[in-house]
Order: sequence, then C-alpha cells, then structure tokens
Amino acid sequence: MSCPSKHVEAKEDAALPATGREFWRSLDELSQTPQFQEALHREYPRGASEWMDDVSRRNFLKLMSASLALAGVYGCARPEEYIVPYVVPPEDQIPGKPLFYATAFPMGGYGLGVLAEQHMGRPTKIEGNPDHPASLGATDAHAQASILSLYDPEHPETPKEAGEIRTWTRFFEVLRKELDAKQQTGGAGLRILTETVTSPTLISQIQALLKQFPEARWHHYEPACFDGARAGAVQAFGRPVNTIYRFDLAERILSLDSDFLLLGPASVRYNRDYANQRRVRTGGTGILPVVSSPQEQKHGQDARATMSRTYAAQSAPTITGTMADHRLTMAADEVEPFARAVLAQVNGQSVLDHPHASFIQAMVADLLEHKGRSLVVAGEYTSPAVHAIAHALNGALGAVGETVVYTEPVEVHPDAQLDSLKSLVNDMNGGSVDMLLVLGGNPIFAAPADLKFREAYEKVRLRIQQSLYYDETSFHTHWHVPESHYLETWSDIRAFDGTMTIMQPLIQPLHQSRSQHELLAFMLGFPDVSAREIIREAWRSRAPQGDFEAFWMRALEKGVVEGSAAPVVSVTLQPNAVAPAAQNDLSPAGAAVSGYEVIFRPDPAVWDGRFANNGWLHELPRPLTKLTWDNVAIFSPGTARELELENENVVELAYAGATVEAPVWIMPGQPEKSVTVLLGGGRTVVGAVGKGVGFNAYLIRPSSAMWHGRGLGVKKLEGRHYPLACTQPHQMLEGRDHLRVHTLEEFKHIAGPPEEDPLVPEPAHGKTVHLSFYPDRPEPDEWLIGTHQWGMAIDQNVCTGCSACVIACQAENNIPVVGKDQVIKGREMHWLRIDTYYRGEAGAPEGPYFQPMLCQHCEKAPCEVVCPVEATSHSIEGINEMTYNRCIGTRYCSNNCPYKVRRFNFLQYADIKTPTLQLVHNPDVTVRQRGVMEKCTYCIQRINSTRREIKILRGDAVDAPAEVQDDVKLLVDRLMDRLQTACQQACPTEAIVFGDIVYEYANGHNMTVTQLKTEPHNYGVLTELNTNPRTTYLARLANPNPALGGLNDTSADDASVEDTSAEKPTAHDAARE
Amino acid sequence: MASHDHNLNPTGAPPVASREVLDFNAERAADPTKQILGPGHDYHSVTEKISEIVLTKHTGRGWIIGFGISLVLMLVLMYSLAVLLVVGVGVWGVNVPVAWGFAIVNFVWWIGIGHAGTLISAILLLLRQQWRTSINRFAEAMTLFAVAAAGIFPLVHVGRPWLAYWLFPYPNTMGLWPQFRSPLVWDVFAVSTYGTISLVFWYVGLIPDFATMRDRAARPVVKMIYGALSMGWRGSALHWHRYETAYLLLAGLATPLVISVHTVVSLDFAVSVVPGWHVTIFPPYFVAGAIFSGFAMVLTLTIPLRKAYGLEDFITTRHLDNMAKIVLATGLIVAYGYIMEIYMGFYSTNQYEVAMLMNRFKGPYALAYAALILCNILTPQLLWFQTIRQWPLVLFIISIVVNVGMWLERFVIVVTSLHRDYLPSSWGMFYPTIYDWGVYVGSIGLFFCLLFLFIRVLPMISVFEMRELVSRQKGKPQTSPAGQASRMEEVT
Repeated sequence: MSCPSKHVEAKEDAALPATGREFWRSLDELSQTPQFQEALHREYPRGASEWMDDVSRRNFLKLMSASLALAGVYGCARPEEYIVPYVVPPEDQIPGKPLFYATAFPMGGYGLGVLAEQHMGRPTKIEGNPDHPASLGATDAHAQASILSLYDPEHPETPKEAGEIRTWTRFFEVLRKELDAKQQTGGAGLRILTETVTSPTLISQIQALLKQFPEARWHHYEPACFDGARAGAVQAFGRPVNTIYRFDLAERILSLDSDFLLLGPASVRYNRDYANQRRVRTGGTGILPVVSSPQEQKHGQDARATMSRTYAAQSAPTITGTMADHRLTMAADEVEPFARAVLAQVNGQSVLDHPHASFIQAMVADLLEHKGRSLVVAGEYTSPAVHAIAHALNGALGAVGETVVYTEPVEVHPDAQLDSLKSLVNDMNGGSVDMLLVLGGNPIFAAPADLKFREAYEKVRLRIQQSLYYDETSFHTHWHVPESHYLETWSDIRAFDGTMTIMQPLIQPLHQSRSQHELLAFMLGFPDVSAREIIREAWRSRAPQGDFEAFWMRALEKGVVEGSAAPVVSVTLQPNAVAPAAQNDLSPAGAAVSGYEVIFRPDPAVWDGRFANNGWLHELPRPLTKLTWDNVAIFSPGTARELELENENVVELAYAGATVEAPVWIMPGQPEKSVTVLLGGGRTVVGAVGKGVGFNAYLIRPSSAMWHGRGLGVKKLEGRHYPLACTQPHQMLEGRDHLRVHTLEEFKHIAGPPEEDPLVPEPAHGKTVHLSFYPDRPEPDEWLIGTHQWGMAIDQNVCTGCSACVIACQAENNIPVVGKDQVIKGREMHWLRIDTYYRGEAGAPEGPYFQPMLCQHCEKAPCEVVCPVEATSHSIEGINEMTYNRCIGTRYCSNNCPYKVRRFNFLQYADIKTPTLQLVHNPDVTVRQRGVMEKCTYCIQRINSTRREIKILRGDAVDAPAEVQDDVKLLVDRLMDRLQTACQQACPTEAIVFGDIVYEYANGHNMTVTQLKTEPHNYGVLTELNTNPRTTYLARLANPNPALGGLNDTSADDASVEDTSAEKPTAHDAARE
Repeated sequence: MASHDHNLNPTGAPPVASREVLDFNAERAADPTKQILGPGHDYHSVTEKISEIVLTKHTGRGWIIGFGISLVLMLVLMYSLAVLLVVGVGVWGVNVPVAWGFAIVNFVWWIGIGHAGTLISAILLLLRQQWRTSINRFAEAMTLFAVAAAGIFPLVHVGRPWLAYWLFPYPNTMGLWPQFRSPLVWDVFAVSTYGTISLVFWYVGLIPDFATMRDRAARPVVKMIYGALSMGWRGSALHWHRYETAYLLLAGLATPLVISVHTVVSLDFAVSVVPGWHVTIFPPYFVAGAIFSGFAMVLTLTIPLRKAYGLEDFITTRHLDNMAKIVLATGLIVAYGYIMEIYMGFYSTNQYEVAMLMNRFKGPYALAYAALILCNILTPQLLWFQTIRQWPLVLFIISIVVNVGMWLERFVIVVTSLHRDYLPSSWGMFYPTIYDWGVYVGSIGLFFCLLFLFIRVLPMISVFEMRELVSRQKGKPQTSPAGQASRMEEVT
C-alpha cells in the first residue's frame, strides 16, 4: 500500500460490481471505506504529506533549520576569519598564485618569524620573514619541516577520554564541573604544566587563571631547556637576564661548548651574523684591496679581506666546532676548568699547569688584542658556572654593550624548569595534586628518569593533556584534547630578543582541535570565544595608543610588533660570581668517578622527540654524522678501539641505575672516554612514522646529570647488530680536491697582485683547457643575447651545514620520504645533500667540511648524451632539465653523473594515497611516479614564474616611452632580485647564491652570483671532466692564529695541534692538482 | 662450404675444396682424436641416429628431470618478474650510485654467451671449417636462447617497462625520436638485429632437416607440423641452389654482427665518464670475452649431451679439442685486455683511474676480482695441455669455471666501477636481493627450458650436413647433394 494512486485505483476496482447484478447499496457505504477516506484526504502520495499533523510539522521545522545551518557549512577549510596577507593584498585569490602570510614558527617556546605560503587556501611552504629579527628571511630545518606536521594524518582528531572518542562538549562539561568544584577551594590541587612559554597572551591567561584560583600552581618544563644559562646569569648578576650575542660585530669568538649555529632560538639569526663576519670578497675584481675598514665590510659587492676567528672548546661535536679555526676537544666536565683557566689568563694569572696552557695563552692574547670586538659564548647546555665565567670574561674583554647585550628575560616563569618540574613531582607524590592540566609537552617520555614522573602522574586524580599528538603522556591521561597546529590557529609569541609576533592561521583546523588559548579562556569562564578574539582582545590592551585596527593590520602584515623587543638592561657582576670550585679546578671535576662520561644532546632533527612523527626530519641526514632515522650513542675512534666497538654494534649503557641499549656510531671529534647520547628516539606511543625509530635515551637521563655526568657503564652486546641508515658512509676526502680549503693568508696570496704566482691553477679561475669532443659554448654575445643564463655559487666558507636547505628543497619540490630501509640501500631522494668531508690522515682528520651538492647544471652534461629517450636535455638558459613524463628509467644518466646528484624512484615513494598528505604538495611541481629519475632543477617553477612576470611587464610596456621603459627595467631588476631558489631562500648564512650570470642591472652591475664567480677562490667541482658546471663553489677559508699554527684541531692535547699543522702542505698539494 | 659446389657441378667432378678437406681428413684418419666423425657411419646411420632422438616416443628420464628442474627455475623467473613489474625495480639491490646491477651484468653475460653460435655458424662456415658441422645447429640454438634470456633484462631493468617501446624509432604523436647519441639506442638496434639474424639463420639451416623429419615421422600430426615448418622443401637441385646461396649470404650478414653486437654493448660502458668504464680497449676485449664465454658455454652443454645421447661419433674428441683451443686463444686476448686495463690506468696517473684499480684490487669487491682472475686467466692456461683438452670431464669443469669467471667480469665492470667513482660522498655498496638472484637463476632456467625443448623436438645436429660429411669422409664423389641422395634411399 505504498503507492496511494494505485490504492485509489484499487478502490475504484473494488467499487465496480464484480458481477452485473451486484450494486453498491449507497454512495455513503462506498465512501465510508477507510481506503476511500484516505484516498480522498491525501492530496499527495503517502510519506509526502506527513507534515499535516503537529508532530510532522515540528519535524519539518527541525529539518529546515538543520538545512539552513548546514548551508553555512562548506567543505573548504579556508579561514573564515580575517587574516592579513604579507605585502600583496588579497584583492582576489589569483588561481595559481600563492599568497604569503606572516606568522611565527614556535620552537621551544620561542618564535621564528616566517612567511607561510598559501596556495588557494592551503599552506604549502614556510619561508623566513625578512622583517623578523630571528629570521631575517631565513629558516631552519625544523621550521621548514613544520608544514609536514600540519598535514600529519596521525594527528588526534577528537578529544579522548581514556582512549575513547568524546566530543569537546562532553569534555567541557566535565571540565566545568571540576572547575566549579575547585572554585570552592580556591583551586587547591589544580596544577598546570606547560612547556617554555613566551606567548604574552598565554602568560596573561595563565596569570589570570592563577588569580582566579589562587591555590593553583603553574609549572613549566621542557627537556631541552636552558636552565644553565638562566642559573649562570643569576650567579653572575644576581638576576636572570637574556643574553644576546652580536656575532656581526665579533671579530674573535670563543665558544665554550656552545653550538650557537644550531641550537637555541637565535641560531638562524646567529648564522647570518656570524657568516657576515666570515665572508671574504674581492668585490669582483679578483684582487683584494690592501685596506678595508670594518665599516665598509659588508657582504655582497663590497670587498673585504678580513674574517673573524673562532676558537671552540667543545665536548660533543658541534657544527660550530667545525666552523671554528681552532678547536679543542675535551670532556664536558673539563669545559668549566678550561673556562676558569681562560679567565685566569685574562686576569693575568699563570695557567702553566693547565694541559692547554700554550693554547690558552695564544688565544687570550688574541682575544685581548681585539678588546671590545671579542666575544665569549657559553654553551647552551653547560653548567651555570661556565655561563658565569663567560659573563665575567665578556666583562673583562670589554664585550658587554658591544658584542654582548643583556636584556630583560623573555620567559617570565619565576622558577628554573627542572626545579619547577621537581616540585610538581614532589607534590604529586605527596598527594596534593588533584587535577593536572598538561598544556603541550610529553613529560612521561621526556622527564628525567629519576623523577619517576609516570608513577607520580598516575597518583593525580584527574589528568588532562592538550597536545598536538597522542603521545606517551596522553596514554596515561584521563582526558586528551587535541591542540591546533600553529598554522591552524591564532596566537602570539616572542623571539629570542623578546620581539613579539602575532601568529595568524593559514587554514581552519583540519581536525577538532583547539588552541591552548581557547582552552584557558574556557577555564577562565569565556566558553565561546575564538582564538582570534582572545588574541585581539589581549592586544587591544597591549597595543600602543591610537588606531588599534591600523596597529593590528600592520603587526599582522609585518609579522612583527614593532618596538616589542625586550629592553636592554645594564648588569653588574656579582663579587662572588666566579668563585672557584671546591676542588682543584684545573683537573677534570669527576676524574675520580670511574666509567665513561655521558653527554646528552637533543637530536639535531627530531629534537627532544617532538618531531618523532615527521618523516622529513627523520630522514634528514644529521649535519655531522649523516645518519637518518635513528638516534645513536657517539664514541670517539679511540674509545671505540678500547671497547672493541664498530659502527652499528649495540651497547648497553648503564647510568643512574638504569640501562638502555643503544646503537654505536664512531665519529672523530668526539672526546675520548665520553659518549654522546642523542635524545629524541625510542618513542612508543607515536604514529606509524616514528614507531621503532631509535632508542629512548631519557631512560638513563637523571635530573642530576641533565646534560653530562661521569660514571657511564658501557657494555658491548656481543653478536648484536643494529643497522643504521647513513647517507654518507664515506666521509674521507681521499686526497681529492673536490672541496678546497685555504687559510686566509693563502687566499690573500691568491688574490694578490697579478704578477705573483697564483696558488690555485687555471681551472679554479673558471677556465678550462679545451679537451672536449664537443665545441665550446659560444660566447654569450653570439646567441644568448636576451636569454637568461642561470647559475649558482655556493660559499663554502659560510656554509655551516645546518641543513635547512635540504628540507626547504624537500618541501618545495615534493621530494618523497623513502624510509630507513631504503636509505640503507642508498636510495634517499634528497635533491640537495650536504657532503661532509674529513681531510688528512684517518687517525687525526681535519674537518669536517661541508659541501652542499646538488645538480651542477653542467653546460656539457654527461647525463644528457646517454639518455636514450631524451628525457634529460639542456635548456637555452643553461639548465639541465628533466622531463619526468618522458623518462623510462634506464638510470644511465645517474651512472654517468660524476656528482651523483640524480635520484631515482626505485619504488612508488611519493605518497599519493593519503588525502592529507596530498595537500602538502607544491602544486607547481610534479609528483613523480615510480621508475622516474629526478634531480635539482634550480627550482625551475620559480624561474618560470619570474620569467612570466618579466614577460608580462615587458609586454605591457612594449610601446611605452623611454622613461617608462626605464621604470620597467628597474621593476625587472627587482623581480630578478626576488627570484631565489628554495635552498637559497632558506639558507641562514646566504651561502647559496643563485641568479642570472649574464644579467645586467639598470646600473650596469652584474648579479651577485656573477661577481662570486669571478672571485679567486671560486672553483668548479670535477671541471677536469669538461663538464663546465654552472654551479661553482667558493673555497673554504680558515683564519688560524699564527701563534697556534694548526688549521682545525680535533684532538685534546697540544701535541696533535702541531701534528695537524704538518698536514697543511698536503692540502695545498691537493688544491694544486 | 663444399656442398654448393656440388650443385654447381652436377657432372660430379670433385670440387677443389672438397678434395682439400678430404686430404685433410685422410691425413688424420689414422688418429681417432683428429676425426670429426666416428668411423663406420653411412647416410642412413647418421640420419637415423640424429632423428631418432627426436622422433622416438620414449622421453628419457634424464630429459624429464632436466626439463623439470629448468621449468621450476623458469617459474622462479616468472615470479620474480611479476614482483618486479608490480612493485618496481626497487625490489632489486640497485641504488645510487650503483644504478645498474645484476640486470646489466646478466644481459652482457647472456649476450656474450650468444656469440659462439653465430661465430661457429657464420665465421667458421666462411672459413670452411668442416668440424663446425656437428656443433653448429646446437650452438645456433644456444645463441638464440641466450639472446632470448638476455633480451629480458634491458626491458625489465628500466623503471617504467611499459614505456620501453619509446626506445624504438616509431612515428608518434610526441614528435620525438630516440636520442641517437645514447649507446642504449645503439644497443636496441644491435641486439634486435642480432636476435633477428640469429633466428633467421637458424631457421633457414633447419629447413632441409625439417623435411627429413617430415619424411621420417610416423604420426600424421607430427608429419604435418614438420611439413609446415619445412616450407615445402623437396630437395630439388634448384632448392639446394637457392638454399646454399641464401645460407651463405646470411652467414655473410651475420659475421659482422658477431663483432658489432658486443662492440655496441661495450660502448654502453666505454662512452660514459665512469672510471673503469671509460676504456678504449673495451670493444675488442668485449668481443673476445664474448667468444670466450660462448665457447665455454658450448662446451658446457655439449659434453653432457654427447654423453647422454651417445653422440661421441658426431661430436668427437677433436671437436672438444678445437673448441678448447678457441677458449684458450680468446682467454689470452681477454687476459691481455685485463693487463692493458691495469696498465693504462696506472700509466694515465689519473687519480680516479688509479683509485678505481686499487679499489678493484683491495676494495670491498676484491674477492670478486681475484676470483675473476683465477677463473678467466689462470684456469684456461690448463688448456695448453692436450690431455686436458681431450679430457671431457675436466674440460666440462673448466668451461663452467670460465662461465662463472665471465659473469664475474661483468659484475666487476658494472658494480665495482660504479660503487666508488668521483665524489667519495657518494660511494656506496651494492647488495643483490633475492629478486636479483631470482631473475638471474630464472633466466638460466628459461635458457635450459628452451634448450631441453629444442633437443626433444628438433634435430640437435644438422642431419643434412652430417650426411655431406659422410659423403666426404667416404671419399665418394656424389652425383647429387648428400641430403638428396640419402632421402632417395629412404623414400625407396
């Protein structure tokens, strides 16, 4: 009876007489049948007119209102709120044209100003913000990789209660009830644990909460915190201060176990400043000027013949140490006595009984000679005493106010982080914590082992955590609520110098996540405020007087709140700041303790473990070891011999009553009898990417030895083998001259007056003897007029190996992650790699030195002639192009590439199935199929985009008068300047310079890249093969102290300093070949 | 070849060439080791002996076991290739820097093995070496199967095999031809030409024998199949005339291919800039190496076969002795190649060449290089002794050693040159995977499968040429070509 019309027909049939004699008795009788009644009353078919009665009408209204509500919901996750793009106003989204928005990448609580690139509503790439003091336009590897974390398909999607999916509403109900109960007791038993916090709004929210709940407490802890620096400042000056180094002014630098080029919130900025003092140029003349004053010494076109000199005393190998002109390797606990000896020498006391006495004497003389221009940098993870001594040294060297600036602290929490965590654990154990809110961080994984955080944590009645991932802590938590990625929400943050950035989102949250601000606002009793409103309201009170909207727009546009840097403070050294240690301070402090020294360091890529689900970072070859995918225990060659260890052996490390199994990696430059253990591996509750990667070094990291300690037990586990994925197993240069190193003196000799014999032979000047089968490229004026000729110069003298370029290239060019087993097989896909070489004898090598290696774009490319299907060919602009669609994958090109920069998709590496991971791809670059060769293209998509713009400009102005043409020329100049490859843009030291080698600016000058190619220390790699590479390198220069001789010393005693100086002729011979 | 002279001289006057051969044979008749045909054979016995192997209903137990093993190995090939095509070339151990691995090693190895057939058929034919008669059919088949095995590799080793046809110059909508500067394109032409000529040459050589088989076959179906394959051969004088001319022309065509194929294959390496590949001696040294390995493979196959099928009368000690001499001679050329490679490397003082050589001697693959020298240079020196040359068992072992050595040579060239070239940062290692071995072992399975089928269904020794040999052996001038005569006997 579903169809009423049929029903009516049936009725009519029934009304007809079955036989001729049977009549219906009356119309009434007929019409009284229920079927007829229904047919009569139903205008519409059954089901369509149910709304006639009351209940159905209500349903109708419900449905309509739901439809209306749903009409406002649409699939695209573009931000509904107003955010302001950087520079180019969004008059309209031009399809295919990206927009850039200024925001900041938070790392360890500090912000790095970035511009996030957005393609039609989805962020795809992170670039540095030139207006931000920590970035100056550059980025580091973590910032580059953060875009992948945004799209991580394994982000938690909803709140969870003990692992069960819940709604935010339910969570808020529970939280409201709890808070209402807490209100009675003033918040007794309520604790908040955060990571390092510099966000002004978050701090004010927490403070407001503490005001509302006076009995509540705020704790903070981050596994790689800078407690030493903080305590050192307190020890030296009686108060915490923020120390800012001015490497751009420093001519003599002493690093006391510091890795300022890699660690800390200012490392990107420090890279830039440091490089500016290391860059040596003849200004395109090929001849060094006799005199060059510091004032006219800037990079780029200006000539300068001086460079800073760096001394590094270090324990765990650092990239700062590799850049140093003199390096002393020592155990971590020898750094403090060494620093004391330096201070004693500066103060005129005798240090003759110190093992490095002669080194210290020569160095201190040099430092004192450059008073006011020398700088002592204490290590990020050294003891407070070293920091205090460094402060004292800087005072004695006249550095304060010159090369060192002290400001108000950026972090406002009154306690040191370790103390803060300890008191929380004590209280939890004491039962006085009733409810704990963990905002970010993963303390169960990363808290010092001896605190037994998990046991204490489980004593808390209600445990709530908000974090980006569902991690080890979430596993033991009652309520886990997802936190928004920084590109998904509003916030604010401060940089290393206190400069504030208002962070704006690029996309609506992909999952049901909220920001910490929103959670705290709810707790403060503002349940339905969006993060944007919270930030805006907070800034309304913070903004300077005047037009708030103008301030707001300007702050968002620039990515920087102007004038928000922390104020400079003047400090005075406390009288007892550098009180000598109780025992004989010139001997290693813990020499009496048996066993080895353990040194803990965060992994350069996955850091403290927070990036454990980021494939790009896992697969990033670590700057010094070139290892991917695992954290290791690093041994020196001598210690490894002593313990009969080889790479990939497994050792059992016993420390502070716990043991852990760790794979072995042997590395020159590691101090003897010390073992560097990298943190960050061994995550257990993590996504598929991070599962089974590395070992958990936190298990043996006690609060008493956060960064180093004596008494490590090392036991080799016989017969065990742990494969490690190293992208460059061979790091010796084998006497070859692919990587050239000179001292500054030699360079001056090369760049001296022309009549002198040049030290470097012809090929280094870019000229080659004609030995080729093929004709030389014609001179530019014959056929290349009007075309671009792209080229690159890489200044190895300022390349610090930080590897930001590697990830930048990966993000820009959709380079896939291949996984550990594929890396072991030698199939990593990075188009740009950083070759790391040691030089000299295997026993006491120099280095390592870094050489970014990417497609050299040979003018006579060996790869092109051997491709049978013409898939790789040469463009008229000098680019060796790769036509993916044409490639059938014979791999002959890779065999015939002397630089081995070609990468092959041996399997289907690109993830083309996971929906969120498709979003991260750069739409301007092909995602490659398996069986296809790929390699660096000089970011051809960026070149094409610029070329298009130039063509449009010129085309528009083709009939314009001459003065307009001049303007057009200037605009073209600007476009050419703005064209950067992804690696170049990310490089903090501006070591990579790309451009048109025949381009002339309106003022007749050439581009920087052209000038660099005329430098006397410019050379091409393997030019003897007649490849004529378009990418050339500027030799690495060292500026050793003549009083010390050696170039770059890796050994701890003065004897081997002399030894390595004897190596020098070998290096020169290599260069001469 | 003598027989076409007969055609041109129907009067029966003994042709000059034949007389020379006869004298030559008569001279050696006393010494059994110098004979190329056992005593007491007439047309009938020769025909019967060879065709019986095929036409018997009984399939030998040895054949079934051998074919079974080969079939299993071929299934391994099929499985390995299926995985390769579905998953990708990454199932092999190839990487960067060693982007070519077993596939190219096997390709060069098989192509090299394929050289003996054409050399025996064509060059020895033109040089009028009578002793080739009893091994040429067999060697040609081996060539064909070796080329078939080789042909798999360039196809499947590419990243996107479904597009491998782009290597051929065919008119297409892309308006793009192959890049003729690449030696891989030359390879396509060289190998496909070689494969085609080998097949045609082999088939043409089989036609008179197909006719014999047709005539002797008892079962109608078999008769029909051989009849179709014999293309209506009746053995008329005109047929023989045309046949001999065609055969000679094909031999002339095939001869340069013996040189060209492996020259082109060697250019795959020599054209590159890789130290260890960029060697001008490669073309002659590869050709010599190919003949070396080809003859070794013929020995490997012949010695068990003549034993199994009792063919000692047809494939005599003298045959073995001659082939061993060729192995020795080409082995010496190969040794010279190795020495010159080392000498030129050091003489150049080019640091990359020197490093490449030192790496071969002392690097991680030093064992492969040492084994290669042992197999290819030292072992063949035993062949200076006649006793060894005529001792089938030892010869068999030496031939296998040479086959292994020649495979190692290609491995050393391909892998040790690539794995450490210019930039030490990019040095790496190559470790074959189970699929590398699967395809390699499987290709051997394919080869033997085809070979077993061949000896079961086709006469493995040229019947008509053996009859010719009989005629010459007997010193009886024939009024008609040997094949014709014998067939007349049978028919009547």
